[in-house]
Amino acid sequence: MSCQCGCGQDDAAKKEALEKVFEQYRGTKGALIPLLQEAQEIYGYLPGEVMQRIATELKVPFSKVFGVATFYAQFHLKPRGRNIVRICQGTACHVRGAARVFQSVSEKLGVGKNETTADLRYTLETVACLGACGLAPVMMVNDDTHGRLTPERAAEVLEQYK
Amino acid sequence: MKSLMDKCCEKCFHSPSSPCQDYIKCRQQGPLCHDDENCRARFKEFLENIHLPADSFRRQVLICAGTGCTSSGSRKLVDALREELARHGLQDKVTVKITGCHGFCEQGPLMIVEPQKVFYTRVQLEDIPEIVASHLVGGQVVERLLYVDPATGEKSLTYETVPFYAKQKRLVLANCGHINPEEIADYVANDGYLALTRALFEMTPEQVIEEVKTSGLRGRGGAGFPTGMKWSFVRAAEGDKKYVVCNADEGDPGAFMDRSVLEGDPHAVLEGMLICGYAVGADEGYIYVRAEYPLAIHRLKIAIAQAEECGLLGDNILNSGFNFRIKIKAGAGAFVCGEETALLTSIEGNRGMPRPRPPFPAQKGLWGKPTNINNVETFANVPLIIRNGGAWYAAMGTEKSKGTKIFALTGKVNNTGLVEVPMGITMREIIFGVGGGIRDGKKFKAVQIGGPSGGCLPEEQLDLPIDYESLTSAGAIMGSGGLVVMDETTCMVDVARFFLNFTQAESCGKCTPCREGTKRMLEILTRICEGQGKEEDIETLERLARVVKNTALCGLGQTCPNPILSTLRYFRHEYEAHIKDKRCPAHVCQALLVYTINPEKCTGCGACARACPAGAISGEKKQPHVIDASRCIKCGNCMQKCKFGAVEKA
Amino acid sequence: MPNVTLTIDGKQVTVPAGTNVLEAARSAGIFIPTLCHDPAIPGFGACRLCVVEIPGMRNLPASCVTTVAEGMVVYTASEAVIEARRTIIDLLLANHPQDCLTCEKNGDCRLQDYAFMYGVRQTSFHGERKNYPLDDSNPYIIRDQNKCILCGKCVRTCQAVPGRSVIDFGYRGFNTRVVTAMDVPLGESECVYCARCVAVCPVGALTYKPMAGKGRTWEIEKKTVTCTFCENGCTFDLNIKNGKVIGITAKEPGPGRPLCLKGRLGLELLYVDEPLTPMLKKDGQFVPVSWAEALGLEGVLSRIKELEGKKQA
Repeated sequence: MSCQCGCGQDDAAKKEALEKVFEQYRGTKGALIPLLQEAQEIYGYLPGEVMQRIATELKVPFSKVFGVATFYAQFHLKPRGRNIVRICQGTACHVRGAARVFQSVSEKLGVGKNETTADLRYTLETVACLGACGLAPVMMVNDDTHGRLTPERAAEVLEQYK
Repeated sequence: MKSLMDKCCEKCFHSPSSPCQDYIKCRQQGPLCHDDENCRARFKEFLENIHLPADSFRRQVLICAGTGCTSSGSRKLVDALREELARHGLQDKVTVKITGCHGFCEQGPLMIVEPQKVFYTRVQLEDIPEIVASHLVGGQVVERLLYVDPATGEKSLTYETVPFYAKQKRLVLANCGHINPEEIADYVANDGYLALTRALFEMTPEQVIEEVKTSGLRGRGGAGFPTGMKWSFVRAAEGDKKYVVCNADEGDPGAFMDRSVLEGDPHAVLEGMLICGYAVGADEGYIYVRAEYPLAIHRLKIAIAQAEECGLLGDNILNSGFNFRIKIKAGAGAFVCGEETALLTSIEGNRGMPRPRPPFPAQKGLWGKPTNINNVETFANVPLIIRNGGAWYAAMGTEKSKGTKIFALTGKVNNTGLVEVPMGITMREIIFGVGGGIRDGKKFKAVQIGGPSGGCLPEEQLDLPIDYESLTSAGAIMGSGGLVVMDETTCMVDVARFFLNFTQAESCGKCTPCREGTKRMLEILTRICEGQGKEEDIETLERLARVVKNTALCGLGQTCPNPILSTLRYFRHEYEAHIKDKRCPAHVCQALLVYTINPEKCTGCGACARACPAGAISGEKKQPHVIDASRCIKCGNCMQKCKFGAVEKA
Repeated sequence: MPNVTLTIDGKQVTVPAGTNVLEAARSAGIFIPTLCHDPAIPGFGACRLCVVEIPGMRNLPASCVTTVAEGMVVYTASEAVIEARRTIIDLLLANHPQDCLTCEKNGDCRLQDYAFMYGVRQTSFHGERKNYPLDDSNPYIIRDQNKCILCGKCVRTCQAVPGRSVIDFGYRGFNTRVVTAMDVPLGESECVYCARCVAVCPVGALTYKPMAGKGRTWEIEKKTVTCTFCENGCTFDLNIKNGKVIGITAKEPGPGRPLCLKGRLGLELLYVDEPLTPMLKKDGQFVPVSWAEALGLEGVLSRIKELEGKKQA
């Protein structure tokens, strides 16, 4: 089975990458969360069999791995888009119109919170606070922070992410 | 010798494997172990490159590369400036340096030209040629890029004269925005790691703890526990292994002081942790950083690698026999992990659910070992205290709250940004002095302090001197120091709902009062905002708030009712207006608004009618239109579309 | 271990140091309600129903995770404590089906007991409730997550068994629930139906399927028997209604004790008047099997038959 995220990498390459990560963390205390983070980096999300593989590697119950993965907002159990749009919902952004920015982006992409566009180009999420309050309202696309947004500008910014 | 941190000549033997006790002092005053004109000259040259003397003919341009300015495009400025300088043949006479956050993100991208400290704001790519040609070649300051005080219209030539900075006391933030955070030499040139040297060679661990106790430093992350006392507990705890943990899981919405310190001065945090490790007898440290702060993680990784390369982290640090290593743990997105027991649980690789205390982490912390946890700002204060003495530090602030505190000033205030002020200053001085007052000439209503665990303070509390106790008695908390200013257009019930929405979503779900109670409180607040409030709702809210506060397992749950309790305390009338009169005094709660068209102002253009998704607006062309209130869904589209300000809400 | 003397509701109580306040109160005959505490598993401090007032301590500490101290003064029924308990019960009921009339646990449910005790007739909150499908995917345990109050006893009990940990907490906040890996129904999980979790569940979230609909709790008389299938000697309850044994249930498990399915099935065969056909999972499906197969005695039985056949011949 080839992967679903469209990165073109085949399963074998990903498995190999995962094994390398395992090696790197062997003997490290508290490795579960870093391993989940690295696995998500490789796969784009956390497929069940990958979590099971991590459980076996760390000799912890599969149920625990699942429990940890569903606890943290960062982990995703379903494939996500190539570009992750995260709109800040912090206090400063809230009082400066973050809700309208969200609405505009949501309308443009045609998806709601935590949903992915059909072409897997974007996933829309919210984030509690990006700590860039001076530039409120703010959103983050992948690792780039965009500030002083208006509903119109937010929609424009997304265009540059293919 | 390529940099300040390298060997000056063959006589220098320092390396991580053969460490020299005088390494840091040598770099700052060196060389110490031998006398050589050449070596001395080279050290001086490196230092002067970092710290341009005031009369230097050379120039240095500092460009802010904090998260705020980066997102405003500062990275592109760096390349453009370098190119432009090369074009004028100035590449060797003008250094371009990236720095961490200056704290005045709103005016970004920021640029400072040293040694004169000329302060340029909102610099765009197009401005670069002019800055080079006019200022750096011709010596003429580019006036139009200077900061203009919105209140007086006056221009400030240097950053020191900008009112936002002039009224602050920047000690912890002194390096932020002035040194290159990716260059350990810059930190060392600014007395960096001097405090570590002093602690290791001139003080016993007990003396270090005593000095921190004398300083009166209290935890900057929330509750304000005395830092020296915490350290002494960890030192006294029995255990063959101890840990130092830095809490950098800054999650309060509206707070970004820790992010700025990590991005702007990461070595200060490392040095604080090292000193703490020495004092409490730990040899391993963890920094738990939110995953939402990629730049901070990046800079920390660089800082740790550089400190290891210089032998400031690792075994036998500076030949003192003290070993210390620091690891980074990236959070995975759970606000509750800012709570110390949840943070430890998370580092251990579990669901970040808090554990009952006692046992406190000082006794049984990470993997059951005695653990000292402080937050970023607390650690960043430590080198200052050791360098200048606890008494010096204790001279600032109030009786029980010493030193300075960094606040993240945001919301409806003219100058938003990071503000470091001495404890004991009044809220009014921060908001109207440093912050320059309320935006758009509106009226001040409240300031929310301390994030989701804090409270809203009204006008009559503005002259309260800020310290831990006074804030708590006023119904707020110091918390991490988020200050969100609200004006008359902010609805206080909506604010309470906003914070409850946050804590409800971030509750870990372990204990009943927080898991179930936040949900019900949020439902009641939402109901009130939607005009469905009932008479008994206020009483029910008060009961729930009291019980959740009294019985929740961790700090998050115990403090989450504060936004409700404080707004009920100071703005009860707004709740009553929503419930009894079905009216939102600030015109914020959509369901309670009534939109009308002012016939005097309406030109009959019809833009509103076309924008109305409910077909509630009707009227003849060029005649005043009207809104059918029974069909209006209160989306506000008409008001946005009207160019004549004819749509009004009440 | 040295003793510690404290005052609980005006009564002097002396207990060994290290005891928690809840156990100390119980030893003095003072009742404190709790849903999540179990002396056999480490303190969890989650339900908060056991809060008490201790002057000098911040807020109302949970007595199950508060260690006694010399001279400590404890109030277990102050106004603030009663209000807190009542509100917590109110909150639990707000997110719990009110179908006690048809609930298997009716009459033997802690939540019901405490609601009665503190006079919480109905919840005062009307909002979102959890709404999960009933997990009826296996022949032994019925799991109704809507009734779960997240005390975590099942999770902690399952984790105490080496190599098990079939269930854990999943998701977060209001959406927290007890899950199997990948949140599959119990029947598709690694569960071996030892039913320790059922034995500790204080409410109707986990019940015995073989006993479903066979009687109300107050009609059933319990008699303890010891299982003799292995050397562990686990105890089980015979559930007797009108003189007939209608089912076998596990008594609360102690640490490290198996309470295995095989043992329970064996006792069903021995004692239950009309035992149900045992079911085992084969290729992911539950299929009826013979008693011999269920108890792993096929080999032994055929060998016995073989030998006895020889003798007779």
